[in-house]
Amino acid sequence: MAIIKNFSAVKKIPKHLLGIQNLSIKEANLILSEAKNFIRLNRSTSKKLDLLRGKTQINLFFEPSTRTQSSFELAGKRLGADVMTMNVGNSSLKKGETILDTAMTLNAMHPDIIVVRHQDSGAPNLLSQKVNCSVINAGDGLREHPTQALLDALTIINRKGKIEGLKIAICGDILHSRVARSNIYLMNMLGAEVNVISPKTLMPVSIEKLGAKAFTDMKKGLDGCDIVMMLRLQNERMQGSFLPSKREYYEFFGLSPEKLKYAKKDALIMHPGPMNRGVEIDTKLADDINVSLVKEQVELGVAVRMACLKLYCK
Amino acid sequence: MKEKILTNLRILDPSQKIDEIGNIIINEKGKIKSIGKKTKISDASKFSEKIDLKGKVAIPGVVDMKAFVGEPGFEYKENFRTLTQAALAGGVTSIVTMPNTKPIIDNVSMVDFIIRRGRDKAKVNLFPCASITRNIEGKQMTEFGLLKARGIIGFSDVNKTIQNTELMSRVMNYASDLDVLIMQHAEDQEMSKNSCINEGEVATRLGLKGISYIAEKIIIERDLSLLSEYPCRYHINQISSKKSLSVIKKNKSNGVKFTTGVSINNLSLNQNDIGEFRTFLKLSSPLREEQDRLSLIEGIKNDLIDVIVSDHVPEDEESKRLPFAQAASGSIGIETLLPLALELYHNNSLPLDKIIKCLTINPAKILKINKGTLKKDADADICILDLEKPWIVKAVDLKSKSKNTAIENRKLQGKVLMTFLNGELVYSN
Repeated sequence: MAIIKNFSAVKKIPKHLLGIQNLSIKEANLILSEAKNFIRLNRSTSKKLDLLRGKTQINLFFEPSTRTQSSFELAGKRLGADVMTMNVGNSSLKKGETILDTAMTLNAMHPDIIVVRHQDSGAPNLLSQKVNCSVINAGDGLREHPTQALLDALTIINRKGKIEGLKIAICGDILHSRVARSNIYLMNMLGAEVNVISPKTLMPVSIEKLGAKAFTDMKKGLDGCDIVMMLRLQNERMQGSFLPSKREYYEFFGLSPEKLKYAKKDALIMHPGPMNRGVEIDTKLADDINVSLVKEQVELGVAVRMACLKLYCK
Repeated sequence: MKEKILTNLRILDPSQKIDEIGNIIINEKGKIKSIGKKTKISDASKFSEKIDLKGKVAIPGVVDMKAFVGEPGFEYKENFRTLTQAALAGGVTSIVTMPNTKPIIDNVSMVDFIIRRGRDKAKVNLFPCASITRNIEGKQMTEFGLLKARGIIGFSDVNKTIQNTELMSRVMNYASDLDVLIMQHAEDQEMSKNSCINEGEVATRLGLKGISYIAEKIIIERDLSLLSEYPCRYHINQISSKKSLSVIKKNKSNGVKFTTGVSINNLSLNQNDIGEFRTFLKLSSPLREEQDRLSLIEGIKNDLIDVIVSDHVPEDEESKRLPFAQAASGSIGIETLLPLALELYHNNSLPLDKIIKCLTINPAKILKINKGTLKKDADADICILDLEKPWIVKAVDLKSKSKNTAIENRKLQGKVLMTFLNGELVYSN
């Protein structure tokens, strides 16, 4: 508790967390340093705080999610907020209600913070213009997933001590990945060098302008990397138009122990989950606690989301 | 109607290649009786109405080749009355209307309806288009011959491309015999499926699926090679990319005959104007890079592009206040077409007579209508301009029923002062 108090004098932070693109380096560091304090709390036996007592948090999920949703829910509860989770995907939208109608309805219930995930890029931005409370983006379309990037950063800092000067590779379906975009922005901001590796059909145009070097070859792309982030390859991408088959993808872009050797000796693996074992990552590698940070990512995810809720919930 | 004489004007009419100070006499029938520096005030009858327009500029009324009127079916977006008001306030006196109404204008009875309705409600020259294919489905062609006989000026599936190559070749082959105008939206529908903006850095940052320039280029290339087999009156509605221009250039120099349009939006804005999801700038064809915009201006300079259109697409709030991918495409623009085009003159991008040409006589020639000119005996559709007057675009002041302008708060120079339609003063500011 004592440690947390030191940080309770909240410095100025914008109203909404819509993306890493809108974040300054100071704000990113503030979130990360807040989150560090929650790691210890989450590992202790008594995990409950009353920082957000009396506050209402609404998790508005237009797209199905397991880990992000439960992570935000747990984070809110540990801080003492009243948390309500709404899965809108199959109710109101089918009745023809637009995102703004939903927003206005929820706004009338006076929430203090809304956590939103939506399948359309920019939907949280639209929402934030219409509600009185803060909005945290929990993933929008192909655009951003800021809390995922922040938890990835925290995980790296926790293991490597820093991000500055590291070389980070992001591999897989970059085109459809909001996690990749948010990570490119954040890792660049924190001083890392970012490589993206993907088949040409899954590489976005002008990706280098976002701050990443593009590779289509794992050997070249992983060369000298400290961190290897694998992305989930969604099944529908494999049905012919982007890639010929799972088998071919795994052959060239799946992370196997052999390919991992192209990276630095002490390189660590990350994955935002859920994983397709045997498609983008070798199953043994995914479970190897010496190199895989996957479990830690989930653990620290809660800490990062607690920090975000604390800072943005006013 | 009394005879009128408009005096002390700078008359700019590219159809007669004139740019001179003079007078215009309009006879009782609303036609140009006499025009130019040789026209004297004493040429007018004693009883004529005199309007002194000291120093202002007279141009032929603008011919807008691509505008959407909400009737029938979308009256809440725009109707004939509001479209007329917007057009006249922008100096537009002739409008080619798009057929993607509800129901779609693809049969003779719809044409009768729209012509009757337009005659009753619109005080502007309307030239309706019908769709190329029934219900704009890209499958069966419409009755070109019958529709033309009922008064259809041209055929367009608006923002849908005839994707089927076999069908397109038959459309062209059939159209060549009937001398009808085919207006194609050049965008490969397979390539542009679910996309909404230019493929490039902005799309990647915003997480939106981009439309590659190839989608446009490939249809133009295909159609022009079909056109050399089946020479019909073929017009590309609007192009957006630099790469399309090189195809057009190559074909024009090989003697292939066709015409090309461009939206004023693509000449005045680029993809960076979209900012963070400004849906009013979600347009079809999409805004592309600055170098595309610049090359489109070059294209006008080099006569590769013939027409500038407003691509007037009124949309209500509900259709626009959505996540970007779900929002409707298009912006209103008929009222700001001419003033925004004048920006290209004021910033030295294009000579004035070239801009006016692309807005008047060129579209009139393509459509084969006797408009866009101030020649003797032509209908006195005249736009009087204050070339220098500064003003700021405010959506609330625009006459359209919908307020989705892409250039809100833009500072413009040059405003329409008066619009004459068949010699009658129908708008004055």
